[in-house]
Amino acid sequence: MFDLDLDLDERREPPGLYIHVPFCVSRCSYCAFTSSTKLEQRDLFVRAIEREVALRARTWDDFDTLYLGGGTPSALGVERLVKLVRMLGPLGIRPDASWTLEVNPDDCSRELLWGARVAGFSRLSIGAQSFDERALRFLGRRHGVDAIEQAVIWARDVGFDEVSLDLIYALPAHSVSHWHSQIDAALRLEPDHLSCYELTLEPGTPLTAAVGEGKVELPDDERRRELFLAGAEKLGQLGWVHYEVSSFARTRDHRSKHNLKYWTHAPYLGLGPGAHSYDGFYRWWNHGNIGRWAQALGRDEAPVEAQETLDGEALRLERLSLGFRQAEGVPVRDLRGPPVNLRAAIEDGLLVRDGDRVKPTRLGYLVADGLAVRFA
Amino acid sequence: MKHKRNFSIIAHIDHGKSTLADRLIQSADLVDDRKFQDQMLDTMDIERERGITIKSNSVTLPYVAADGQTYELNLIDTPGHVDFSYEVSRALASCEGVLLLVDAAQGVEAQTLANLYLAMEHDLEIVPVVNKIDLPAADVDGCKLQIDTELGLDGDEAVCCSAKKGVGIDDVLEAIVARIPPPEGDAAERLKALIFDAHYDPYRGVIIAVRVFEGGLQKGDELRFMQGGTVHKVEEVGRFLPQRTACDRLEAGDVGYVIAGVKTVAKVRVGDTITHEGWQADEAIPGFEEALPVVFSSVYPVSSDDFVDLSDALEKYELNDAALVYEKDSSAALGLGFRCGFLGLLHLEIFQERLEREFDQSLVMTAPSVRYKIELNSGEELNIDNPHYFPDPTLIGGVSEPFIKASIMFPERYMGAVTKLCLERRGENTRYNYPVPGRIEFTVDLPLAEVIYDFYDKLKTRTQGYGSFDYEFLEYRAADVVKVEILVNGDKVDALSLIVHRDKARMRALNICERLKEELPRQQYKVAIQGAIGGKIIARTTIGALRKDVTAKCYGGDISRKRKLLEKQAKGKRRMKMVGNIAIPQRAFVAVLKTSDD
Repeated sequence: MFDLDLDLDERREPPGLYIHVPFCVSRCSYCAFTSSTKLEQRDLFVRAIEREVALRARTWDDFDTLYLGGGTPSALGVERLVKLVRMLGPLGIRPDASWTLEVNPDDCSRELLWGARVAGFSRLSIGAQSFDERALRFLGRRHGVDAIEQAVIWARDVGFDEVSLDLIYALPAHSVSHWHSQIDAALRLEPDHLSCYELTLEPGTPLTAAVGEGKVELPDDERRRELFLAGAEKLGQLGWVHYEVSSFARTRDHRSKHNLKYWTHAPYLGLGPGAHSYDGFYRWWNHGNIGRWAQALGRDEAPVEAQETLDGEALRLERLSLGFRQAEGVPVRDLRGPPVNLRAAIEDGLLVRDGDRVKPTRLGYLVADGLAVRFA
Repeated sequence: MKHKRNFSIIAHIDHGKSTLADRLIQSADLVDDRKFQDQMLDTMDIERERGITIKSNSVTLPYVAADGQTYELNLIDTPGHVDFSYEVSRALASCEGVLLLVDAAQGVEAQTLANLYLAMEHDLEIVPVVNKIDLPAADVDGCKLQIDTELGLDGDEAVCCSAKKGVGIDDVLEAIVARIPPPEGDAAERLKALIFDAHYDPYRGVIIAVRVFEGGLQKGDELRFMQGGTVHKVEEVGRFLPQRTACDRLEAGDVGYVIAGVKTVAKVRVGDTITHEGWQADEAIPGFEEALPVVFSSVYPVSSDDFVDLSDALEKYELNDAALVYEKDSSAALGLGFRCGFLGLLHLEIFQERLEREFDQSLVMTAPSVRYKIELNSGEELNIDNPHYFPDPTLIGGVSEPFIKASIMFPERYMGAVTKLCLERRGENTRYNYPVPGRIEFTVDLPLAEVIYDFYDKLKTRTQGYGSFDYEFLEYRAADVVKVEILVNGDKVDALSLIVHRDKARMRALNICERLKEELPRQQYKVAIQGAIGGKIIARTTIGALRKDVTAKCYGGDISRKRKLLEKQAKGKRRMKMVGNIAIPQRAFVAVLKTSDD
């Protein structure tokens, strides 16, 4: 059952460190992430992170990626941000580690970015979402297009090595030409990485409610499929690497090293409310509620809500569900079911065979979830 | 003996039979109120959930009557469905009287009448009881009038109660004592005891419920089952209080149980007569019949690997269902399974539910079929109940199918709807009369095949729940039937084949195709579903390919969530049947049995 070789192999990889900053100045209409607008809890949060660092430093070290996400880490403000980074010392982050900071364009100031750069961050992930003012308002964003452009200019100015932009597509009445124009606008800022997310209805968000009440109509499956392919094709023609369903890198080296940890079963430690961790055998997740998470740490207890054990079979299923979402694909030995299934999927143009792996095509990315079920 | 009363409660379904039984048991103080479960006698989960009684049960109630004397009241509960009318008749044969329960709001229904006739055949004292008098829609006087005019009983003598509210229960008990005659019989005579039910207990073997008519029996006696021809030694006799409680002896007039080391209920036939091996009765109690299956269906494990499990489960199930007959069957699509015969559609449904629930089996059951008589050109005669064995049409000289005589009662305003339904179902020889103003009683000859195909559901919908239905077997009549086959992407799904009247073949085939289209998960490629007679396609639908399903984000918690979903789907897939490269979920097989109109 338990695939020992593979597991040891995966554990040898240095771990990634994620810190979830659960604050936003305001909530966006589509977002269901763990986040709070109670900014007065930010100091409590930083103190609790210090305790969590101390707790985890006993067993974890040698991280080669750090990712500060949220929420909006930029909502912490520069002082807390610098303080937070200084507290991470005991965890032993490698000097050459890739440090990513997620920012919201409207929290960005030259000071914040400069402070972050000096603190050690070298990669900036900007939640641009759109280059259309009406779309930004629809999504509940407080910033305008100019704030995005300003943030990118400052980022380069203070010396960030890599800039990534998040974009959202499949908004109401979104056409292929409009989506192309959005990508063009993003490319004019010369980013190194793009994350293109289809607008997804998450339960409990204002957007989901509006769609349920018929106030908003989103593009149907066929249109979203068309938009996905149009975006992927355009970036592909420009030489971008489409290495995961929603992720594009200017070159292979510009892929998100931290996100790849999640997708390749490398170990990762998540700090902060709701953060997930995986050590090669167990996966656990923290309390999502800031209060409960901080209280547990106050008692010097692990603020863990639950954990699960991943045996060989569970890891195989995850390799399938993650693998069909990535250019790297899935090892053939992980596939189950009659060989005719694989032949059919290749004939239908969903997969290509590459040595002992099968890799999804663009059409394959579109049905990655179904492919996983088909070969589970 | 004169302080004993043996009685049943008979009623149309939902008229409150089990609730009244509960109240009678409660009033006898046999069961601690805290332990009391609603519908005490309905011991199976399915019985409680569906609110119907499947097995006969009985209970002995001590009762101190108004005259100060203590009586022993034996309530023999009867199954409440037409599939089990033989069991009902054996239960009634064990009584001297019945409570005929009528819902004060609904009045007399088809089964009320059918049950009344049964009780009359057994020459029983009939005590009409009007129940649910607390309902806002209750029409007690109208009900009494119906009892007068429709049933020919004295409506003024009806006892009124509300079993649910516990109103009038004492009146019911007094009426039992006063109006139902005590049993007759001679305890010194040769033993004659009627088996009216049997169920299996894993620790004690078969528990046989009996009514003793003559003589008596006790532990150690050697008994002979007169029809079965077997001999058994009594290990224990006792009464149902309602738990089994051993006693020294059961005598003429008594109702109770016998445990005699019998291993399966198939060995105990309801209706058989028990006597002493050494001192035998001259003749058996009349009325014994072999239970004959009329509805047939094949059952397969969802995963072919589980055939052995299914086989074991059937053996255990059979211990407690003497009416089930089965033999091995096999299908290209579904692998090894069993062909089973049932007393009716309800019997089939109960079988399916109990196997799934109590024996944890995942089943696929094929479309139920009746047994056709087929005469070949060669003169040979065949009985075919399985589409698989349906002969090549060119060899067939003639086919006949079973007809039933149905009695349907409903308010006048549904005349059009019911007439239409009967015509659609190839009803013949329709007669009707008005037993009371505003209500119609329809008698119609219907092919059984049309009845087992959701007739009762349709009747209920089209009469908005007011239609009631009862039937008896009539005869075999000539029929023009064909075998329809279903193909998925060109592969025959033999388990979906069915024998159907020629005029209905196209409609049924299309219906199944449409159902399958709804039930089959969309694949990443196009799937064609076809219905065919011989090689000729008569119906067709297509399921378009699924072209997008991926979610945009997969970080942190999404990974676990996705895996759990995948685990669930993979498990679900194992519950599906592969035909070619298409997984057909079990519910698809179930869904094709139902129609989609209305």
